[in-house]
Amino acid sequence: MFENIIKTLKNNKGEILELWMKNQLASSGITEDLMSNQELRKQSEELVNALVNNLNENSINDSQSPDFDQLTELLGGISISRARQGFSPRETGSIILSLKEALLEILKKENSDINEVFEESLKLSRLLDNFMILTFETFNKGREELIMRQTDEITDISTPVIKVWDGILALPIIGTLDSARTQVVMENLLQEIVKTGSGIAILDISGVPTVDSLVAQNLLKAVSATRLMGADCIISGIRPEIAQTIVHLGIDLTQVITKASLASALQYAFKSLRLEVRKTASEATGVNNQ
Amino acid sequence: MERIPILKMGPFLLVTIQIDLYDRLALNLEEDLVKMVEKTASKGVLIDISAVSIVDSFMGRILGNIASMSRLLDAQTVVVGMQPAVAITLVELGLPLNGVYTALNMEKGMNLLKSMVDFNGTQQEDGDHSFD
Amino acid sequence: MEIIPLTKGTMMVLKDQDVVPFRNQVKEYAERIKMGLVNQTKLITAASEMVRNMLKYGNGGLTIIEIVSRGAQNGVRVTFKDEGPGIADIPQAMQDGFSTGKSLGLGLPGTKRLVNEFEIKSTPGVGTTITIIKWANG
Repeated sequence: MFENIIKTLKNNKGEILELWMKNQLASSGITEDLMSNQELRKQSEELVNALVNNLNENSINDSQSPDFDQLTELLGGISISRARQGFSPRETGSIILSLKEALLEILKKENSDINEVFEESLKLSRLLDNFMILTFETFNKGREELIMRQTDEITDISTPVIKVWDGILALPIIGTLDSARTQVVMENLLQEIVKTGSGIAILDISGVPTVDSLVAQNLLKAVSATRLMGADCIISGIRPEIAQTIVHLGIDLTQVITKASLASALQYAFKSLRLEVRKTASEATGVNNQ
Repeated sequence: MERIPILKMGPFLLVTIQIDLYDRLALNLEEDLVKMVEKTASKGVLIDISAVSIVDSFMGRILGNIASMSRLLDAQTVVVGMQPAVAITLVELGLPLNGVYTALNMEKGMNLLKSMVDFNGTQQEDGDHSFD
Repeated sequence: MEIIPLTKGTMMVLKDQDVVPFRNQVKEYAERIKMGLVNQTKLITAASEMVRNMLKYGNGGLTIIEIVSRGAQNGVRVTFKDEGPGIADIPQAMQDGFSTGKSLGLGLPGTKRLVNEFEIKSTPGVGTTITIIKWANG
């Protein structure tokens, strides 16, 4: 009885493939630009072989059986590559769904005993459902890797350190200041301080959307680290709402010099370096538009 | 038994730490330094840690001890050349480093010492630079 | 997700002079998994704190240094096993500012902040085992 489905499926591999191709192209909307028909056929044939050739009495009940190692590897690879290429979860998961439908159709066609078909369909269905879950898990992993990579890239670009004057650095912080970001910001800042021999760093937080206790703590850490290096920090860009939040949260910033704008922070920095900005006595300047 | 060399640079003493300090070495350093401060009537000590890549609480304690002992003998201590990774780690570790002054490099360290020391014998501590 | 060890090295730390070779071994493993400089510094500093505790309070002990992986992440795991007096009140020891020695205490809360995972098991009169993990990307 059992050998029947195995034999049935093995004998009808070609038909299964055709049916499956038809299902895939029809239902999941796999467009030509994501994958050519030829590629799809090749991929599908590999999968059908990996599944059907390794179906036996034991493996049909166990999706984790080593008999299916080749299949799970293939599925994993397809899933990750689709995640990276921008296939939707539905498009990726429907690989298995449509294969399942094709397999069950063949079973129904080739076997007249309804009870037997029902029982064995159930088994097959269960097996393939597990493979589908695997597909989703790997798809997800592929997405997560992509997100992590993009996060790294964003972190890199968004923490510029600008030398605004001899001995004065400015750091416009854009976005949230979580622990991971703080470490990157601190590292960049301190390295620039060493490189330029600067004594003052202006941390401008007008681009930081919210300042809660954690962000404030991270800011204070950055200030402490700067002082340990023998330089000092001014925090500028404190918006009125931020000032309110800081006080309401009971955060103590009294040990830090704070200014509302980068301009006033710069002025303060000049003063502490005993620098003065004066107008020179020369002719009126215009703009040469040639 | 190796001991860390202490150089005299004008009115100040300079210690460059280039190897990992273990207990005996650190204690020897404290002892040698304190004796030198007394012997040379030095007004300031510069500790260069630009070659030190790990500062744990033990090392922090040594720096703090040196600063305290020197102050008792009327000398100021400035630690220079802290590596960025070390500064970040120390902040996270929560090491107080009380009474230890820091400067970015040797030149700034010397300027700091000069500004803190009045060569007529009295000392002025510049509160802003101390990491307390 | 499960943590899988990939490489393992053990080292007895019984006297001061063992600290430096121990730190170098930790650094080597960290470099192997391409851990960034700041994270390396945090890891080695944390390891240094724990190993000094072991020497000071536990008469030295065994250290196990491993490269481990969890999912896509690689990390360095260091275990410190001593047969010292043990810590009677762990929660108290984990509070900032607590100290039984005459200095900055065991440095447990500080060390915990430097690493990603921190586990401590101690039985008074028997010994203490501390395990720390730092992942490559912090």
